[in-house]
Amino acid sequence: MTGFRPSLRKRVSTGLPLGRRAFDLLTLTMGFVVLVHALHLPWWLTAALAAVAGGRWWHRRHGGRKVAALIRLPLLALLLAAVILRYGTMFGREPGSAFAVGLLVLKLLETDEARDARVGVAFACFALMSALLFDQSLVASIFVSLGLLPALTTLCAVEDPDAEQRRWSMQWKPVLLALLASVPLSVFAFLFIPRLSSPLWGTPDSGQAATGLSPQLSPGGMLDLMTDDTPAMRVTFDGPPPPNSLRYFRAYVMQLFDGTAWTPGSHSTRRPPSDVQYAQRIGYHASIEPTHDRIVPMLDLPTTAPQDTTLRPDRTVQANRRIDDTVNFTAFAATRYRLEPTLDDGVRHDNLQLPMGVGPRARALAQSWAQRYGDDHAAIVRAALAMFHADFSYTLAPEPLDRDRIDDFLFQTKQGYCEHFASSFTFLMRAAGLPARVVTGYQGGYWNGGAHYLLVRRSDAHAWSEVWLEGQGWVRFDPTAAVRPERVELGAAAAAEASGGEGWLGPAWLRELRNRWDVVNQWWSRGVIGFDSLRQQGLLRPFGVDHADVTDLAVVLAVGCSLLVAIALGWAVFQRREGDALDAWMRRLERKLSRAGVVRRTGEGPKHFLARAARAMPAQRNALERLSELYLRSRYAHDEPPPESISEFGRAVRELTARRVVK
Amino acid sequence: MASRGARLLAWAERRLPSLTRLRPREPLPIVLHRRRIYILPTGFGLGLSILLVVMLVGALNYSNNAALGLTCLLGAAAVGSMLVAFRTLNGLVIGGLRSDTARAGEQVRVSLDVSGPRYARTAIRLDADAREQVFGVQPGTPSTVEFHLDAAHRGWLDLPRMRLHSRWPMGLFRVWSWLHPDGKVLVYPRIEAFGPPPLVPDGDADRGRPRAGDELASLRDYRPGDPRRQIAWKLSARHDGLLVKDLEQPAPQEDWRLDWDAIHGLDDETRISRLARWVDEAHEGGRRWSLRLPDGYFDIAQGDEHYHRCMTALALRP
Repeated sequence: MTGFRPSLRKRVSTGLPLGRRAFDLLTLTMGFVVLVHALHLPWWLTAALAAVAGGRWWHRRHGGRKVAALIRLPLLALLLAAVILRYGTMFGREPGSAFAVGLLVLKLLETDEARDARVGVAFACFALMSALLFDQSLVASIFVSLGLLPALTTLCAVEDPDAEQRRWSMQWKPVLLALLASVPLSVFAFLFIPRLSSPLWGTPDSGQAATGLSPQLSPGGMLDLMTDDTPAMRVTFDGPPPPNSLRYFRAYVMQLFDGTAWTPGSHSTRRPPSDVQYAQRIGYHASIEPTHDRIVPMLDLPTTAPQDTTLRPDRTVQANRRIDDTVNFTAFAATRYRLEPTLDDGVRHDNLQLPMGVGPRARALAQSWAQRYGDDHAAIVRAALAMFHADFSYTLAPEPLDRDRIDDFLFQTKQGYCEHFASSFTFLMRAAGLPARVVTGYQGGYWNGGAHYLLVRRSDAHAWSEVWLEGQGWVRFDPTAAVRPERVELGAAAAAEASGGEGWLGPAWLRELRNRWDVVNQWWSRGVIGFDSLRQQGLLRPFGVDHADVTDLAVVLAVGCSLLVAIALGWAVFQRREGDALDAWMRRLERKLSRAGVVRRTGEGPKHFLARAARAMPAQRNALERLSELYLRSRYAHDEPPPESISEFGRAVRELTARRVVK
Repeated sequence: MASRGARLLAWAERRLPSLTRLRPREPLPIVLHRRRIYILPTGFGLGLSILLVVMLVGALNYSNNAALGLTCLLGAAAVGSMLVAFRTLNGLVIGGLRSDTARAGEQVRVSLDVSGPRYARTAIRLDADAREQVFGVQPGTPSTVEFHLDAAHRGWLDLPRMRLHSRWPMGLFRVWSWLHPDGKVLVYPRIEAFGPPPLVPDGDADRGRPRAGDELASLRDYRPGDPRRQIAWKLSARHDGLLVKDLEQPAPQEDWRLDWDAIHGLDDETRISRLARWVDEAHEGGRRWSLRLPDGYFDIAQGDEHYHRCMTALALRP
């Protein structure tokens, strides 16, 4: 079977009708793009686009050719209207991508020729990339990259006149091989393309609901977070990791209470960060998952602000830019410290405020403690903690609270989770005359022994209190720990299980699997997503360049890419010569003789050729005659030339010195 | 204007052969190798490269490494497709020219054998005479590419300059190689549309010579004068009288003696096309004919070989 095709086509390169296989593949590509974007498109748009694509495919398969402009234009207007109605604008990441995906699917309606398919594929590649702007996790990246396969296969099918007869498995093969072969070059380019130190234009708007810690502690507000098992941050320590009971990551310090919610209150930002005394500190590296927020949870007390962040007066840390991508930083934390030993009067005032008319019974209780213990503030704290320990229980599904949440919780339901405990404990302390505040952040985390890092999940979100004690400064008290020590000792998941809950994070083996999977994700987010300009500068360190600047990187990029392409070019140009070892030696002899001016003619046999050479070079006559005889004997006296005669011939060829004949 | 362009091209080809990259005639088979394969991005390839730059800037701007990785992968695949495109043509062997016979004014069908060593090639296109052919080559079996050439004049028709090209695999790059094979196709003379039959000279020596037919038509009774060798002796033995095998007698046809000099008052081309028509008619009608030309004589004969010899002689008349 030869590939001959009897059809004669007009040489009009653009007007080629699109084959059926190519159209199938194009539809598949478009479907893939819609699928990849489905997570952030409104469901009805996804469904409508899928229906349009499917309908067009069916239409074309059953012989329909062109779709009238009368159908296409209203659909376009409909898409435009839908996007504007849904998002209110055309610009920005979400409406932009929705519009792009919609246009892409509508392009199918007017795809009849090869040219349309090519444009569609190019646009689809762009849409695939834009999907990664929403989610660049490992799974999403792999999934999106798979979209290149149908896209490029479409291009092949457009070129291939025999596409319809090809089996599907054969259709993928060239593109799959091409993609695999292009991995080295793309990895190299990825490593060395100089990163921008600052964006050229705006960063993507968050749009989606922030799933990180919220700067507000309100009833039930943390519950979503505490059942969210996605990673929030990963921490590696320079030394051994601190024990679980010291793994408190402070994010927000809240001192304003309005009766239902705690908020950080108005910061007087002019105030310098409160002073801290500490004996020793531990260094650690953290990589924070994007939160679309600026707050950076820091291990207990940051001694200095990491790069690109600001230390706030209450010693929480705010990034200078919103965390829209994985952020890596190095910081130092003091775990034994004395925070703000002398309290500013304004701060003291702020941290004693209580809303009017809230928690009369709680106030009465606290005042009774204050009267009983007088100046022994530590005893007041102990009394409150003892009360929690005695008859309160930890649950993630507490009974709903009435309007006065403090009194209702303390005297009625007596069950809840960290939010309830921290909130009411702080209330009690303030009522007893002790400056107190609520702190939220993360507590605990999963220590991944194999990979040596601490994985902090969103479900590790926690709230606790800080009470200012004379001579000790702000001291952390965790009323939740008084109720359920496992919460602090073992972590959120264990606490939920111990309290009789069935473990909302699933059975143990599943958690184990997730922890393993997280190692992979960790590798991805640190090694790939977190590969920023800083890490890139260190790339050339093994080669003696400490801080590679853009020029260095560009040079390495250019040289390396050229080298890789040259290697590939060698593969492309290389053609295996026909023949065996004897032929190879003969070719070498021919080269030698042609340098000396005796060129073997087409169709000239070896005997004749060597005889002619011997006539042209009388000085080498004997050697050439011997060569001729050796060759003829090796070639024609046996079915296969024996190795020893090949090597003998080779030796003779090497020994021959062919001198140019002077005529 | 066109002629000036053609002259310029011809001059450039003569003076700067390495620049024009158009090949002089060369004998078949032609092996394509890297020094005669050219490659440039197509319009789509340029468009995609612009898109890649846009994607690159976007990914860098949002410092989105996953998007950057995807862009790099697509870019590397595009670069790789350049090499695959080159390999589509590299090592192809073009040889084995065959052609039908055609008369001037008709189209002549020419076929070339293209063989590719070792691995299959897809979507190769051959531009010949403003038409494009798409074909593939499998290892081991040569593919035959057929195309038609307009044969305007009798005589040797040179193969036109052809272009073998491909956009495989992704249409991003076009590889091409110019072929100018030194192959010739013979075009027979145009055949006169109307005209008189050839003059049959009187007293032809062949006239009346009994012509034995081949087929047994029937048996009949003997009539005096029937040749003895036509008597069916065996059958007659079982019969009253002699029976004679009546052989089919094809209508006696005169041999045509076609002579260049016998046609008067016409120019050479007309004479040639008239002679060609006679030769053609004689061949079609199963006659025997001879042909006398000023520079040669073809004795009385019939059959394909004779026909082609005569037509070739006519075609190649100066």
